[in-house]
Amino acid sequence: MEKLLNLLAKDATLTPKELSLMLQKEEGDIKNMIRQLEKEGVILGYQAVIDWDKTDKETVTALIEVKVMPQRDDGFDKIAQKLQNYPEIKSLYLMSGGFDFTVLIEGRTMKEVAYFVARKLAPIEYVTATATHFVLKTYKYNGVVYNMPTRDLRENDQI
Amino acid sequence: MIDHEKFLSETLRDIKPSGIRKFFDLLADMGDVTALTVGQPDFVTPWHIREAAIDSLERGHTYYTSNSGLPELRGEVCKYMKRRFELDYSADEVLITVGGSEAIDVAIRALTNPGDEVIIPMPSFVCYEPIARMAGAVPVIINTKEENGFKLTAEELSAAITERTKLLVLPYPNNPTGAILEKSELQALAAVIRDRDIAILSDEIYAELTYGKRHVSIASIDGMRERTVIASGFSKAYAMTGWRLGYLCGPSVWLKQMTKLHQYAIMCAPTMSQFAAVEALKNGDGDIAEMTAEYDRRRTVIYEGLQEIGLPVMMPEGAFYIYPYIGGFGLTSEEFCERLLKEEKCAIVPGTAFGECGEGYARISYAYSVRHIEEALEKIKRFVEKIK
Repeated sequence: MEKLLNLLAKDATLTPKELSLMLQKEEGDIKNMIRQLEKEGVILGYQAVIDWDKTDKETVTALIEVKVMPQRDDGFDKIAQKLQNYPEIKSLYLMSGGFDFTVLIEGRTMKEVAYFVARKLAPIEYVTATATHFVLKTYKYNGVVYNMPTRDLRENDQI
Repeated sequence: MIDHEKFLSETLRDIKPSGIRKFFDLLADMGDVTALTVGQPDFVTPWHIREAAIDSLERGHTYYTSNSGLPELRGEVCKYMKRRFELDYSADEVLITVGGSEAIDVAIRALTNPGDEVIIPMPSFVCYEPIARMAGAVPVIINTKEENGFKLTAEELSAAITERTKLLVLPYPNNPTGAILEKSELQALAAVIRDRDIAILSDEIYAELTYGKRHVSIASIDGMRERTVIASGFSKAYAMTGWRLGYLCGPSVWLKQMTKLHQYAIMCAPTMSQFAAVEALKNGDGDIAEMTAEYDRRRTVIYEGLQEIGLPVMMPEGAFYIYPYIGGFGLTSEEFCERLLKEEKCAIVPGTAFGECGEGYARISYAYSVRHIEEALEKIKRFVEKIK
């Protein structure tokens, strides 16, 4: 099970047939395992890693430190529930240390991100402070290194 | 103007240049092609291994090592041979070389006198015959057969042995066919040479790249260790081709003489590569497993793709090559590969690069991403449909 998840986490395009060969299991069993993992919410989605800088799409990403006042009974979960609904928020983590939430936001422009923080995020009840850090350049995301040479560096004249 | 030719060693001059030079020149001129030609991993050496080399440089290890290699590395090679292949070697039975290639060169030169016969199963890697010739030895070629899965058989071996036979080269797992020798097959070969004075050079550079079955070394077969020298290295198992690092394991009396040869020609293998190799052997088993799993996946993709195209092909069990029969279209291997290159911009290696017996075949390397392999398969398919 863990092996299957590790393989898919690295390359979600692996077909059940390929996985069956790599894991020495029946193709049907692999299909069932994946279906079950999806049903149980262990596998939540499949995405491509895209270097948007190589496209025409303008995006900026910001990491925002958010401090909040935890609520009685619900602690941080209630606030997280509210935050996670904003489509602008791409990732959300509860943190230990000097602040409470790390929020990753994607917008088209810095202005758009600033607007979201000032008009939507900061005014949320219980949010006491925010600090916004803009991402200048992505070097690595989710285990994938950006700007690796795509050309085959191997010489063709040897056997 | 002096005649430069006449200064050259006659033996060297008489060695034929690689038969596929023309093909490679053509390939170089073509620019953007989908190639399945290379004989090396596409993976970059794992970072922890690269880091160990960098660390050695930072600490100032820029000197020669001892001729036979870092004692720590030789010790790790011994542990590795025990751990992976159940072979017992001590540090004085190990020589660190500049790649598997130097290991083969040193072994053949150390074990042959002029006129000695060296049995070489083909198709196989291109270096054994010229090296034997340079040593003044006489190559005796056995053309292995597809119906035997390109495995050397005991009958073929028996028939090739003469009074002058000195050395048997065992190139398994095999480049280009992907054939491996299993324990029972090795035992059958061992039975043929057990009572004869014949040494074995076992080229086990692809030992880690077998699929489903673990590699068995001829040295682990009863009575064979004492007459076997194993040539291996780090290039294929750890994706370290550019580091140029290999090794020999064998009887200490032989290794002592081989070290002498290595000492005069090479001094020692590159020091930083040796430090990297220590890290590879200590902490690299996981890397091997990961890379092998990936090759295995590609192996299936290429095998099934070729079958679908209708090219007769054997499922390879080792290395990262597949060796389909392409002789059914009235073209020679070279013609087939040249036209595939020109008409579809897809490159595979004519089987004749690996001996005359390679006529009718081609070597396809699957040390490429699955996407790349699928793209190449589409091109081969289009080409085959056109010419059939």
